Amino acid sequence: MADVLTYVLHYEGELNKNSLGAVSEGAARAKEIGGECHALVLGGDDLTDELCQSVGAYGATKVFRARGSEGLAQPVVDAMAKVIGEHGHGYALFGGGLLGFEIGAGLAARMRAGVTMEVINVRAEDGKLVAERPILQDSKISVSRYQGDLGIIIGRINAFEARTVDGGSAEVVDVEVDYSAWSDQAKMVQRGEQRGADVDIEGADILVAGGRGLGKPEGFELAEALASAFGGNAAVAATRAVVDAGWYPYAAQIGQTGKTVSPKLYLAAGISGAIQHKVGMQSSENIVAINKDANAPIFEFSDLGIVGDLNKILPKLTEAIKAKKGG
Amino acid sequence: MAEGVAPSEFPPPVDSVEEFVKRELDPEEERIDVGVVIVGGGPAGLACANRLLQLLADEPELMERLGEVPVAVIEKGKACGAHNLSGAMMRPSGLKELFPDKEPSEWPTYGTVAKDTVYWMLSPSRAIPLKPTPPPFRNHGNYMVSVAELSRWLATQAEEAGAYILTETSAQQLLVEDGVVRGVRSGDKGRGKDGEELGNFEPGSDVTAKATVLAEGTWGHLTGAAIKEFALAEDREPQVWALGVKEVWEVARPLDRVIHTLGWPLRYGAKWHEFGGSWIYPMGENRVSLGFVAGLDYTDATFSVHDVLQEFKTSKLVRAILDGGKRVSWGAKAIPEGGYWAMPKPSAPGMVICGDSAGMVNVPILKGIHYAIHAGIYAAETIFEQLKGGGTDFSAYDKRVEDSVIGQELYRSRNMKQPFGRGFFVGGAIANAMEISGGRFPGGRWPNHRDSESPMTIGDRRKSYPKPDGKYTFDKLSSVYVSGNATRDDAPNHIRVRREVPREIAETWVWMCPAGVYEIPEEASENGMVDVIVNYTNCVQCGAITAKGGRLTPPEGGDGPLYTIT
Amino acid sequence: MKICVLVKEVPDAAVEKRIDPSTGRLDRSGEKNLNPYDTHAIEAAMQIREGGAAEVEEIVAVTMGPESAVRALHKAVSLGADRSMHLTDEALAGSDVAATGYALAKALEKESPDLVLLGQQSDDGECYTIGAVVADHLKMPSLTQVIKMDVQNGGLRCERQAEYGYDTVEVSLPAVISVGDAINEPRYPSLKAIMGARKKPLETVSAGDVGIEASQVGEEGSRVKCGDFHDPEAKPPGQIIEDEDTDETVQKIVAWLEERKLI
Repeated sequence: MADVLTYVLHYEGELNKNSLGAVSEGAARAKEIGGECHALVLGGDDLTDELCQSVGAYGATKVFRARGSEGLAQPVVDAMAKVIGEHGHGYALFGGGLLGFEIGAGLAARMRAGVTMEVINVRAEDGKLVAERPILQDSKISVSRYQGDLGIIIGRINAFEARTVDGGSAEVVDVEVDYSAWSDQAKMVQRGEQRGADVDIEGADILVAGGRGLGKPEGFELAEALASAFGGNAAVAATRAVVDAGWYPYAAQIGQTGKTVSPKLYLAAGISGAIQHKVGMQSSENIVAINKDANAPIFEFSDLGIVGDLNKILPKLTEAIKAKKGG
Repeated sequence: MAEGVAPSEFPPPVDSVEEFVKRELDPEEERIDVGVVIVGGGPAGLACANRLLQLLADEPELMERLGEVPVAVIEKGKACGAHNLSGAMMRPSGLKELFPDKEPSEWPTYGTVAKDTVYWMLSPSRAIPLKPTPPPFRNHGNYMVSVAELSRWLATQAEEAGAYILTETSAQQLLVEDGVVRGVRSGDKGRGKDGEELGNFEPGSDVTAKATVLAEGTWGHLTGAAIKEFALAEDREPQVWALGVKEVWEVARPLDRVIHTLGWPLRYGAKWHEFGGSWIYPMGENRVSLGFVAGLDYTDATFSVHDVLQEFKTSKLVRAILDGGKRVSWGAKAIPEGGYWAMPKPSAPGMVICGDSAGMVNVPILKGIHYAIHAGIYAAETIFEQLKGGGTDFSAYDKRVEDSVIGQELYRSRNMKQPFGRGFFVGGAIANAMEISGGRFPGGRWPNHRDSESPMTIGDRRKSYPKPDGKYTFDKLSSVYVSGNATRDDAPNHIRVRREVPREIAETWVWMCPAGVYEIPEEASENGMVDVIVNYTNCVQCGAITAKGGRLTPPEGGDGPLYTIT
Repeated sequence: MKICVLVKEVPDAAVEKRIDPSTGRLDRSGEKNLNPYDTHAIEAAMQIREGGAAEVEEIVAVTMGPESAVRALHKAVSLGADRSMHLTDEALAGSDVAATGYALAKALEKESPDLVLLGQQSDDGECYTIGAVVADHLKMPSLTQVIKMDVQNGGLRCERQAEYGYDTVEVSLPAVISVGDAINEPRYPSLKAIMGARKKPLETVSAGDVGIEASQVGEEGSRVKCGDFHDPEAKPPGQIIEDEDTDETVQKIVAWLEERKLI
């Protein structure tokens, strides 16, 4: 039927933003088909009433709380299967991220349901929800329509925006789950270990990417300063040409033979935008390009393009952003 | 003193015989022994494989003698056809001889085309149809094919017949023991940028065989070494090449004829040595194959076949065909143009050469695929006869080739390209005379001049190239992408060129290369020597550099383009 | 220990894929290759065998696909698998992720493996985490995105990078593990191994042979239908600023970023 069940991941007292995005999305879409959005959380004592109720701020009317070991998928499959079995949700919706994929796929098996992955858009059609996802290197969109009692939708990372609704608070319902034998056979030994100072390129919200136009390896200092100014979840990336030339490590390479990213902001400095690079970052939400060549292909797909000397622009931009953030 | 600098004055750092001939075989237990090893999974190599297995099917005793792997085909591309590119309007005689029991409808072709037109382009907007269609361009009864698709199909036939096709495997060296070719050595995998062995390094193997067939295509790596080792080019003209750059388009309206063009955008003057033209062939109802071919002996360093193709597309004639359509493929490949006098002796002890590698291409009529198939058949038959009797002298192959349609037709057009060195009009007149006289006039043997000996000057050819718009005309990098080119980031450089060369040579390479491999650093001086940047991972292995002063060698097996419909 | 490695043939990443204009569906013709992610899974199996911490009696490559999928099995065997199993049946054509996972699980049941390894995703981007589907049917614990794996105490100690950093998880066997490409550098097969691959045992099984219920697979058994392929909304053309007064330009950039809540 028309209710949507989402999963909300949490860690050290904070709710995951992709999960909250899914809740917001679930709430908006459920409304369109005459249903409600619920959430499921799974964990220990850290799941206080207050924390669970706060999910309501994003549009969930009920939060099902189960006790179990956080950070693993199969216990959540058990919990969601039970709740859906009892309540009859028509859709299970997940925000992007590893667990969303694992739980969604496991749930598809358990409930013999259809599942779509890397979803970027959900919409209502004739009283049902359909999911849209990109295929063929983002060149086409495919539409998924579900049959049967349950449809499973797993979002692409950052696809769903978390939005609060006024006066939202959710009812917390505790559930007893009979965990499957195999759900107990994976034990979390250590969770969330940070390694080294490097921010994971693929997980960064903001990427400052440098190409040959930086002129020399030291040019990356400008990129690093800017990324620092943005603070938080910002990192520096590089094109293949400069990695080949030894200006920056391979771990930061974006493109056909490097990583594929879709951050909220991709700021490309001194990058021409050849297709070999483009395919690695074209689905970034916002693309800003700085290049002295007005004919650079990157200007054809950037959202904001600045034709100018990055050696002049980057330092000033860095100062301006620091001022905005600090001041 | 001639103006300009010839690339031949700056030869690449390579000694083919020293590096690519291996004289000491690995110990027996490390070798891989096969019956017949065929280098190259294109039409020539696969025709040979198919024919051999047909013959062996009736000779179980010989098949037994050839061991566990009677026929092995070594192909450096990801799949057979991945490195094959052509127009093409194929003469049916090759496939008919190879598979007499198959109907043409079973072949992977786009059928025959009833009409053909040759246009002499005076300008972008004026195309004069030549009537009647000059004989070399008549394609009645010929089949439109994608040679990449053809190779894939031939590979399937060969595998079904029992051939072992080893893709993603390059043949790096020729094994020669006591003056006899004993097989080939496959290439290493897992070397780094500086040639160092990486964690997953896997050395190549010596593949020994009773017969070795070189069917490597236009810039035959081992063929080059073999020609030097066995002096196969003695008394022959040097080989010369043309470069073809091709695109496949989905079109809004079906094309109803085979089209060839001469003239614009090529220049007529003798000093430019711009010889070539274009083709536009229908590929079924929905697609069109088009491309531009130009001889690599041109003298303007800024001549770029890729850009000339883009320029050519801006003509009224081509717009009428392509407008509303979409480019779906791109590729580039060199074509041996030397003709009859440049064909090397196609056999040596233990070895034969088939197809483009042996220069079996008829430039005036733009045909080579059926010769490749015929040659593969003759190679198979010669080898079969010899092995049956326990011998390894394949020299009977030479006469078979000479007496066949390959020798006869190539002889007929033997002096047809060279006159164009005199410029388009003089050349055209002489070529015409040759055709009319059935090859008898003018007689004699016209010499070829090596492409790398053309003195290069930096002209202003580049001024006429259109700025790529990404929808109708394209730059090189996005074209390389569409060819399916894939190469490991940390692969070693497979291109041998002199790194420090005069500006004229550097510019020549930059413009010549359809894949944008060569680059001149921004800080290089306008007049002095240039340290050429070689972005070898863009390389689509067309072979042009081998003609124009460098030497291509096979990169790691599996690298390079993945042509499927070219 | 018996290890089964699930492999898949996928269209080569380098080939431009498209919707076939005459059918309106994904054009699946063209070059296919062993899913590159699966080569990491095979390598992982080989490293367990060569590492010595566990005795690996057999490594079996398993695939579900049409006739051509045999090539993926040959490749897997040339990389070290001892034998392979080809699940092929017309009834399976058109199966979605859930149906495919179910079918593979039934085939694996027949083998009774101690460990199932597979690549994290398929190169054509169609399928992620099918391992989780397979595991649920096999009633085994499952982990994905594993980039380090050690055999210890009759089980596995795995590492993977999850939402908040690196997790270390201990899993008892039998288990289904999907490996990420960072886990290892796959070896290249030797020519001998490539040529010998054809001789290794290859078992072909049909859906009926492994007890697959026809109603759960194929087009009929798939609960999600994909179609209506269309072009994504064209992005509105971007804005271009010609930098003359850099201070002014920078102000404009900052304003633009603020508008979009990026700072």
